[in-house]
Formats: sequence, structure tokens, C-alpha cells
Amino acid sequence: MASGVLTEKALAPPKIGLRAPDTLTRIAKYVLYRGVALFGTVVVGVYLTVLIANMGGYLDTIRIAQIREQVGAAVLNDAALQTLPPSELRKYIDDLVILEMQRLRLDQPFVVRSVDYLVDALTLNLGRAEHLTSNSGSNQVRLILFERIPATLLLSATANLSLFFTAIFVALFLSRRYGSRLDRMIIALAPSSSVPAWFYGIFLILIFASLLHVLPFGGMVDTPPPEAMPAYILSLLKHMILPITAIVLHSIFVGIYQWRTFFLIYSSEDYVDMAKAKGLTARTIERRYILRPTLPPIVTSFAFTLIYLWQGAIILETVFSWPGVGRLLYQAISIFDVPVIVGNVVLIAYLLVISVFLLDILYALLDPRVKVGGEQRV
Amino acid sequence: MKIPPVLQELTHYRSALLGLLIIGGLLAIALYTVITIPYDEAIQRWRAGEEMWGDYPRNAVPEWFRLFAGNSLPTTLILDSQTPGQVRKESQVVTDEMRTADMTFAFDYTSDGFPNEINLFLTAKFQQKKPQATMIWKTPDGRRIPLGDTTVGVAERFAISTDQRLSLKLDGRAPEVGLFAQAGTTAKGETPVVQKGKYELIIEGLTFESASDLNAKLVVYGQAHGLAGTDHRRRDIMVALLWGTPIALAFGFLAAVGSTMTTFTIAAIGSWFGGWLDAVIQRLTEINSVLPTLPILILVGTFYTRSIWVILGIVIALGIFSLGIKTYRSMFLQVKEMPYIEAAHAYGAGNLRIVFRYMMPKIAPVLIPSFVTLIPSYVFLEASLSVLGLGDPLLPTWGKVLNDAYTNGALYNGYYYWVLEPAFLLMLTGLGFAVVGFALDRIFNPRLREL
Repeated sequence: MASGVLTEKALAPPKIGLRAPDTLTRIAKYVLYRGVALFGTVVVGVYLTVLIANMGGYLDTIRIAQIREQVGAAVLNDAALQTLPPSELRKYIDDLVILEMQRLRLDQPFVVRSVDYLVDALTLNLGRAEHLTSNSGSNQVRLILFERIPATLLLSATANLSLFFTAIFVALFLSRRYGSRLDRMIIALAPSSSVPAWFYGIFLILIFASLLHVLPFGGMVDTPPPEAMPAYILSLLKHMILPITAIVLHSIFVGIYQWRTFFLIYSSEDYVDMAKAKGLTARTIERRYILRPTLPPIVTSFAFTLIYLWQGAIILETVFSWPGVGRLLYQAISIFDVPVIVGNVVLIAYLLVISVFLLDILYALLDPRVKVGGEQRV
Repeated sequence: MKIPPVLQELTHYRSALLGLLIIGGLLAIALYTVITIPYDEAIQRWRAGEEMWGDYPRNAVPEWFRLFAGNSLPTTLILDSQTPGQVRKESQVVTDEMRTADMTFAFDYTSDGFPNEINLFLTAKFQQKKPQATMIWKTPDGRRIPLGDTTVGVAERFAISTDQRLSLKLDGRAPEVGLFAQAGTTAKGETPVVQKGKYELIIEGLTFESASDLNAKLVVYGQAHGLAGTDHRRRDIMVALLWGTPIALAFGFLAAVGSTMTTFTIAAIGSWFGGWLDAVIQRLTEINSVLPTLPILILVGTFYTRSIWVILGIVIALGIFSLGIKTYRSMFLQVKEMPYIEAAHAYGAGNLRIVFRYMMPKIAPVLIPSFVTLIPSYVFLEASLSVLGLGDPLLPTWGKVLNDAYTNGALYNGYYYWVLEPAFLLMLTGLGFAVVGFALDRIFNPRLREL
């Protein structure tokens, strides 16, 4: 990468006055800066989680119980120790537990330990679940969580991508016909986004599952899952229709409304008039002169939609019994499986930040003005 | 811009007018509820237990459904031997101590639909020897079906509907169906048809002490109850719908006020003082915008308290450094450079005086639209937590009704009213505020009005 930058610089014409810095360096710098900032956010979020979960002493209870269990099992398996009288055996176990607690620094003050927990959580070293198990039978929180990620990603990626592209095309279409009846109708529908996606989900289930019996109530595939691949995919698609419709219904109108407004603002710029005067075709003007400068603010507004949707997924998945990360959180809450709850929150924080980070990179690619420290000058 | 002209301008938007109407209606309901059902009574009526709502049917639809359902939805019928005139009660002396206590519960059954459930509540007064009772069911066509006998304690429930042996005698039909069906329609493969007419429940009682007494209350539960129906625990959903209104409005309003006001103040202070303070505020805002709010609330709800007021506090705390700060900051930075601020500075106004008396009032109107649109999002946040089972342990809220409905498979079992009622109210709240907020946005941001 470095050599590429060098050759580009070498070939570039000499600098005259203000010149945009090299694209690759600019983006790399920006991405690094945002990456550090967002990682800081994850650290803060996870530390908050550690603090909240620990003030009730839950993490400590979990760990001490785990140590006790391990030590107990080890002692019971040791044939040489079986001859000891019960009271001495208990004392032996207690001593071992204390030793182990010292080794794991559980006797340290909370401030020190909270940092340990933070590092554990950040590295997804999440311990063992109390009740829940993964499909493979493991009670490792990490495995339980990882198993659920594909389902969540499948649903949210499909929903968000279809949301993004539909909204952009409809918004462009409406900005061309602004003031028309269709345009006014869509604007009038924009307040419908005040109702969350899971709420539309309830209505969709009521209509299409309860009353019409055309689509399933929830779940990801039929039970039992179809053996053949095509049947499996078909069943999956059938189960995805309602949750995706719910997400799209929730966000689409306000998205179209906002982005249409962006398009209209940018299409009244002077350079658009200039392009028209030059005689460029409507399509070219739209693509190069309107869509291009409007994309960065659209990406930003989409990032906020995404933050909201990620968190809304917890309830949406619960309503649709979609076996993803969100529903896992609901299950963990209902049976009070603390390690899973804590791990789940950490995972959601990560997923949230990673998606924002990806959009940040996209933003930097789209907007040539973006760079580290660029904010103050605009 | 002063408030009255804004209201006047709002009336130009038909949708906003509708929204104002909805908000007004919700406020009226909230006020009516708080006045007519005091807080303690509401909690009592929602959480007391079976003695509070034992006479209500389980999972009954709202009574106004009967307008559409023809005659197939009976209402609850209660006959109490302690209420004068309802039950014929006779007593004859058998021996010195022993007396009969015969009761006849006669009623006309006119509905086309079967009742929901039948219960008999027996109460007795005695010193040592419990009275005995034998129950016989008499249908309009004269069939006599023995319901069994029992010794009666101080207060006992003789649950006719859950009597398995009786059910077996009635071709395996549930007693509330078998006892009310025409003879011959209960066999397997047939559809039971209601036999209309005069039914009698005869209780042949025996008391064994001179001061002993036996009383009974027959409840033939209907399929419809009240304006809103009942849930799986026989509770009248109306209580939760009514009390949910002031709670939802108060929660939404307080959360919106709390977070907007703090955000606004912090943005003003940050942009006036600038420097490291502004930088810290900016970074905090960036961190806060990506914090998973809902999961944090879930953690608090699971580990500490589900009290709605604690949750409210945390919602406000997490809303302080919201993204609004960025918007307000850019406005304040413009205001900061205005001549009148310079004038205020020149006459010696202090920093805080300038922030609170000069800068904040200048752009305060801009707060109103975002404030109004924020309210429903907080109302739904509370509902979301309730749906996850983290609702307030005491208060009845819309979200908790939804949660009950969801955990009891209301959609699957066809209790649509149970879901639709709270959902409708939530939807009304959401749309009402959102519509007004959008109109206000156009009034305060004229740039949007042209678009």
C-alpha cells in the first residue's frame, strides 16, 4: 500500500495552492481515526455493562461458583483424597478455592477486577452459561452467541439493504415529481415511522398468519426443517417475508421523506443549473450532480436508522421467534441466565459499532472532503 | 414565534388537527382515569387476586362484540343465595340438630353460544361439623344430571367446569358445553347445539348444627365482558387500558422533557465556552450515539429494578448526550456571533446569563418539533421493555397487556381483541404526536415548507 501511495505521489503534478490530499492516505487516516473512536465507544459500553452487571455482584458470584465447581470436580476425581474425612475434605476444597481466587485476582478491589472483566468481555471470553446450551450442546457463552449471529445477520442485512435501495430509488423518483399526489401521499405517511418495527410485526402476524393462514407465525424454517436444499431455502424465504416487511414498513416512509428532501435541496444548487445549461441528459445530471453529493448525508442518516434497527431487532426477533441474537437475549432474560445476558449485550455493542464503522468507510469513500480534523474547517 | 400563532398555523394542516384531536382525547382519558380510579384502587384491581375478579370470565371478548356476533356471546350470570330474591331456599328440621338446606337456582338461558365456564362457590357457617351438599343439574327438557356431592368448608369452590368425571358422563365434552347442549348433540362427531330454556341447579344441603348455615353462589361465566374483555387471569383489561394512558403519557412526556432540556442546555454551554469543554461534549455525544441503549435498559431491568421511574431516570440519563447536541450546537455557534450577544457582553453580562437568558431563548422554538416527535418514541420504548417482560412490577401498562397476550399466544389462539386494544392505543399515541411533530417541523423550519 505504501509503495502505491508513493508512486501516485511521484506522478502527481506539483501542488498548487490548496489541493485535496491523496485519496488513499486520507481514507486510511480517517478510517483509522474512526476505528479508534468507535473502539473507544465499545470499551465504554462494555465497561458500563460490567459495572451494571457487577453492582449486584453477579459476575463475581458466577466466577466463584465456577471455581467451586471446578475445584470440587477435581477433588472428587482424585482417588488419593477420597480417604480423607468429610470435614477435612471440605476444608481442603475451601483452601483450594481461596488459592484459586487469589490466582484469578478475585480478592483484589473492584476497580482492578473491573478492568479484568472488561478485557475478558472485549475478547469475548464470556464464560459458561447457567442454563442455555448451544445446538452442539456446549454451554460456552461464546459458542451459544456465535451460533445465533448468522440468523440475525441474514435478517438484518436483507432488510436493511432492501430498505436502503428501495428508499433511494423512490426518493429520486419522487424528487422528480415533487408536489404530485403520490409525493404528498408518501410525505403524509412519514409519521408512521414513529411506530416501531415489532409493532408492525404484530399486525402482520395477525393478518397474514392468524387470519389468512398464508404465512407462518414465526420461526426461521418449517419444523422439521426440509432436507433438500431448494425446499429449505424456500421455507427460509417464506419465514423472512413478514419480519422484513415489518422493518421496511417501519423505516421506509421517513427514509424516503428525508432523502427526497436532500435530493430537492441539492437539485436547486447552481451547478445543477449549470449542468442543465450545458445540455447534459437528465440521467447524467441525476447521477453525477445530484446523487453523488447527496449520498454522504444519506449514508449518515442511514447509519442512525441502522443503530435504531439493531436495537429494535431484539424485540422484532422475539415477536417473530426468529432464532437470532435478539431472541437469545429475550430467552436469557426469561430464565435469568446472567452470563448469556452480559455476553449478548457485549455482542450487540460490537455488531452495532461494526456496522457503523462499515458505513463510516463508505462515507469516506463517497465524500472526498472527509478527513481527520476536517470537521473544523467546514 | 409566539405560541398562539403557531397553534393557528397548525390548524392549516389537516393531519395536525387530527393529531391534536388524538392527543386531546388521550389527555382526557388520562385525566378521567386518574380521577375516577385512584392509583391504589387501580393496583388493587390489577394485582389483588382471584377474590377481586373471580366472577369475571376468562379470556372473554369485549361486550360490544355482541353487536356483530348475533346472539352467540352470552354474558355472565350470577345467582347468589345471599342476595334476596335470586334463589329459592328451603329449610326443614330433620332432627334436633340436623336440618335440610335446599336451594334451587333457576335461570333462563337464551343465548345461542355456550358459556365460558361454570363455577359454584359454597360458603358455610358451622362450629365443628361441616355441612354437606349434593348438586343436581336440571335441563329444560327435564333431564337430571347429578353433579356430585361434597362437604362444605368455610369457603369452597366447586369447579364444575374442570370436573373430569362429569365430563366423561357428558360424552367427553367440557361440562359447560355438555350441560347446556341439546340431548343427542354431544356425541362424537356431532356439533353441540345449545338448548335454550329454563335451567335449574338444585342443591340438597344438610347442616348438622343448630346455628349452622349453607350458602352458595352459582356463576355461569359468559363469553363477553366489559368494554375491553378480560385476560387469562379473569382481569378486566379496561383497567390496564385506562391506567396505561396516564402512565404512557407521563413517561413519554417526562423522558422527552428531561432529555431535550438537558441536551439543549449542554449544547448551549458547550458552544459558548468552546475549547476543551466543547471537545469533551462532542466526544461524549459521539460515544453515546453508538451506545446500545435498549440492551443497557434491559440489563438494569434484569439486575436491579423494573420500576418505571428508575427506568425513566436512566432513559433521560442516556438521552442527555444525544445527537441533538450536534444540531443545536451548529445553531448556537451562529447565534454566538450575533450583534446582540456582543452588546450583552459589552454591558457586562456574565457567561451564564448570556447562555441562559440570551442564547437559549433565541432558538428554543426549534426544540418544540423534536420534543413532540420524541414523546411517542419513549412511549414505545416503555412498551418494548414491557413486551420483553421487564415492565413495571406494579403498574398496569399497555405494554404489559401486550406481553401477557404474547406469552399466552393470543394471536395463535384467536384472542385478537387482547392484542388489538393496547396496540390500537399505542398506535394512536404514536401517530398523534408524530403527525403534530411533523407539522410543527414544517412551521419552524420554513425551508422544509417549500419542499
